[in-house]
Amino acid sequence: MLALERVGKTYPNGVEALARFSSEIAEGEIVAIIGGSGCGKSTLLRAIAGLDRASTGTVTLDDEAIAAPHAKIGIIFQEPRLLPWLSVADNIGFGLADLPAEQRRHKIAQALARVGLADKAAAWPRELSGGQAQRVAIARALVPQPEVLLLDEPFSALDAFTRRDLQDHLLDLWADTRPTLILVTHDVDEAVVLADRVLVMRPRPGRLFDQIEINLARPRDRNSPLFETFKRSVLASLDRSLDRSVPDREAALGPGQAMWW
Amino acid sequence: MAMSVELPALEQIAEQVTAAPRGTAVTRLSRHAWPMLGLVLPVGLALGWELAVWLGLSSGRLVPPPSRVIVTILELARSGELTRHVVATLSRVGLGFALGVVAGTLLGAVSGYWSLARRLLDPTVQALRAIPSIAWVPLFILWLGIFETSKVALIAVGVFFPVYLGVMGAILSVDRKIVEVGRIFRLSGPAMIRRILLPAVLPAYVVSLRVGLGLGWMFVVAAEFMGASEGLGYLLIDGQQLGKPAQIVAAIVIFAILGKTTDWLIEIATAPLLRWQDAFGHERGA
Repeated sequence: MLALERVGKTYPNGVEALARFSSEIAEGEIVAIIGGSGCGKSTLLRAIAGLDRASTGTVTLDDEAIAAPHAKIGIIFQEPRLLPWLSVADNIGFGLADLPAEQRRHKIAQALARVGLADKAAAWPRELSGGQAQRVAIARALVPQPEVLLLDEPFSALDAFTRRDLQDHLLDLWADTRPTLILVTHDVDEAVVLADRVLVMRPRPGRLFDQIEINLARPRDRNSPLFETFKRSVLASLDRSLDRSVPDREAALGPGQAMWW
Repeated sequence: MAMSVELPALEQIAEQVTAAPRGTAVTRLSRHAWPMLGLVLPVGLALGWELAVWLGLSSGRLVPPPSRVIVTILELARSGELTRHVVATLSRVGLGFALGVVAGTLLGAVSGYWSLARRLLDPTVQALRAIPSIAWVPLFILWLGIFETSKVALIAVGVFFPVYLGVMGAILSVDRKIVEVGRIFRLSGPAMIRRILLPAVLPAYVVSLRVGLGLGWMFVVAAEFMGASEGLGYLLIDGQQLGKPAQIVAAIVIFAILGKTTDWLIEIATAPLLRWQDAFGHERGA
């Protein structure tokens, strides 16, 4: 279980990007974090990844405090961030340097086949399309089998078709080992199609405003009326999060307790 | 019956298959033809001048025709003089280049990686860089004598600055996002340098080596002007003092050949390491 306890981040220039963020995320859960720009959602993700230290509060994974990048936590960024001097196969194997060569080759081949890029093993990253490059990034993050996979707006730079395709593909991959997924997004559709739970954040300072459980069976039909209902409730919550006259619900509730409805 | 319907389709495929090599033959031709285009101007000028001297339009005493330059080179080669001069110059450039590269790489890496060192070191290096390197010549001769040491030192100084700047600049401009990938995979300090920083820095480093080598060739001439008894620079001075323009042009031609060859060697040696680059030039086949 990943526990976030009153996590806050104040940058050296005095900007409070994140304040008192508390939540508990169960193993294998898919959580989407959504909110307007500057609501601290990326800051939160970087704190969980151990890339930036939280100023206050703690991030703990299975009772282990996270202050630096951890073997059990992987991350996929908005850009693929492939290393241009490594072939696609070597990029995927980047985190497996400690394994014997034979085992590493086997895992890379498996991962390549799993993301449908077996024929691209020897290609350079520059030869890939945006969607293919992001698939490689997903494979690179998944191949060390992390318990928690963080995704920072992973599909926002892709066109609508590729985005849908990769969302479905991500769920498909998730089903293999069921890691915990924490997805930062600004796309309501994406949040509802992927997540078990949507956390809505509000800005200045970034904090938890609301959470909405998506009780929909997978695979989810993006055109079903129920899907629309969930989308509307997330949108409504997002609207209220930007209205300064509405008080924080989170302030009154403990983490993971009663919902707004 | 069905066969007769499928046959044209097969023929079409066969046609496409044979058409493919024809297309590559055309691109191969253009790939070889384009560099040739660059030879038109120099070769044309040389032949034109040769013809002018042959027709008696000029004596060619001050500007020797190509044939006379070639004869001079052959004579120098036959007497063994050419080898002696080329070896002298090459060993000076080689030694100076090696020293300059080692110093430039070390100091550049330290300044790029460690900001305290950069604060301490860089302003001084930049101030020294502003001095025209030839201005060091009298001091080097006083300190190091008139012989080899001062010459090698001057070449090393010339090579040092571009390499230092290249390495420091390249390290400073390594993409933070790529470094973060290394952090996510918990690379240790040395592993971060080996697996992220070195490959990221390499393209700029190769460019700085080539610029450094070019300056090395420039400075070897200056070094050999200050009292050398052998080397291509000596051939230049000797040709001037004895009024042998063909020897001067011969030395210049050999400088051009050696400079281009050594530059090309660096390019060849590093090409396998830079195959991944997505450069503008690669797409244009330039």
